[in-house]
Amino acid sequence: MAGTAVRGRLTWQAATVSSLVDETAKVRTLVFEVPDWPGHQAGQHLDIRLTAEDGYRAEREYSISSAPGEPVTITVERLDDGEVSPYLTEEVRPGDEIELRGPIGGYFVWDPSDGGPLMLVAGGSGIAPLRAMIRDRARLGSTVPVRLLYSSRSWADVIYRDELSQHSEGLTVIHALTRAQPPGWTGYARRVDQQMLTEVAWPAAQSPLTYACGPTSFVESVSAGLVALGYPAERIRTERFGATGG
Amino acid sequence: MGFISRGFHGRRQEAPAGRVPPGQYVTSDFPVLSAGPTPHTPLEKWTFSIKGAHEPKSWTWQDFQALPAETVTVDIHCVTRWSKLDTHWTGVSLDVLLGAVESDAPYVLAFCDGGYTTNLPVADLKGGQAWVAFNYDGGPLPPEHGGPARLLVPHLYFWKSAKWVRGLELRDTDEPGFWETYGYHMYGDPWREQRFAGD
Repeated sequence: MAGTAVRGRLTWQAATVSSLVDETAKVRTLVFEVPDWPGHQAGQHLDIRLTAEDGYRAEREYSISSAPGEPVTITVERLDDGEVSPYLTEEVRPGDEIELRGPIGGYFVWDPSDGGPLMLVAGGSGIAPLRAMIRDRARLGSTVPVRLLYSSRSWADVIYRDELSQHSEGLTVIHALTRAQPPGWTGYARRVDQQMLTEVAWPAAQSPLTYACGPTSFVESVSAGLVALGYPAERIRTERFGATGG
Repeated sequence: MGFISRGFHGRRQEAPAGRVPPGQYVTSDFPVLSAGPTPHTPLEKWTFSIKGAHEPKSWTWQDFQALPAETVTVDIHCVTRWSKLDTHWTGVSLDVLLGAVESDAPYVLAFCDGGYTTNLPVADLKGGQAWVAFNYDGGPLPPEHGGPARLLVPHLYFWKSAKWVRGLELRDTDEPGFWETYGYHMYGDPWREQRFAGD
């Protein structure tokens, strides 16, 4: 377990929401203008703090979904029983100010100098930090080969669908649609399983570097599956989120 | 007048007073946060060791099970902002384990399968505040939650309760562990919101 040490004080600051992008019916990207952003690495996250008029506060953390050097974005999935995600996906308008601080985390990060080949595995909105890595690679003209295995409920639930459909040399995107598939779908129509990993993942002999992000059970089964394929545990970095809270 | 988030009302929780630290919300789930795959160490190969004392000490799983165990009900608080109230654990008190060695060292670095480490003051491990837990909610601790055994130090943020713990290294100085190296707080008191360095 090694990486870049990041230390230093994190302070809250008011960022301005400059625009909103509806990714799917339940998922929205918020683009921020952050006056004093120290820069980030692909894969890091930030803290959001909301304050009600009576002083009540709620805080959550979100992965940064933009590449280093781009305006800071987060991509939020609305959880119907959530407290913060309905606000961020339904109430927030361009021009609103939101308090945030970051970047946070230094282990689940990648930049092209870390090499590859890269095995990215995403479940649902777990795509967000991996999308930052894909964009970073493109921005810097990296030729590190990337395979992204991305599990979504249906085609309509695929976040960044158009962006990921654009051809990019050395990037292969493999979708798995778990609940519903469009007519004529020839891709995977089930949850990620061992057979799928065997078919899709880089051979262990190529010493791939893996980032897996998604719900706990998804990341557990993916990381165990890759270990079973001979991937060394120290080359698999994971980020998991629980089903509640958002 | 401080900062107000336009249109944010929040969803107040009916949590018992004094149970939920600032910035936390209560969940009934048990989310999992780990930096890598879940290790699986067979019990016959498992040991718990204390290094850095005048005489090192090590217990096999069998030795460990023969130690006096306690069942405790505690609240736990993750730095990612979920808190879980009234969780039930069984484990061996660190008073018992640290009582088996002679040392004046003020700090420990806990080490684990998978390479994870975290640093703690010895004073926070003594006095009935900390355990090496192997049962959760009446059953064996599941691997994804740190089984076969994890540290349980509920008065600090839960990353200090290292999963898959295999021992403690007593130290004269406070050396940052895994997350601490990445900017997380050296101590991690949830009531003072010590999430990150400088908090």
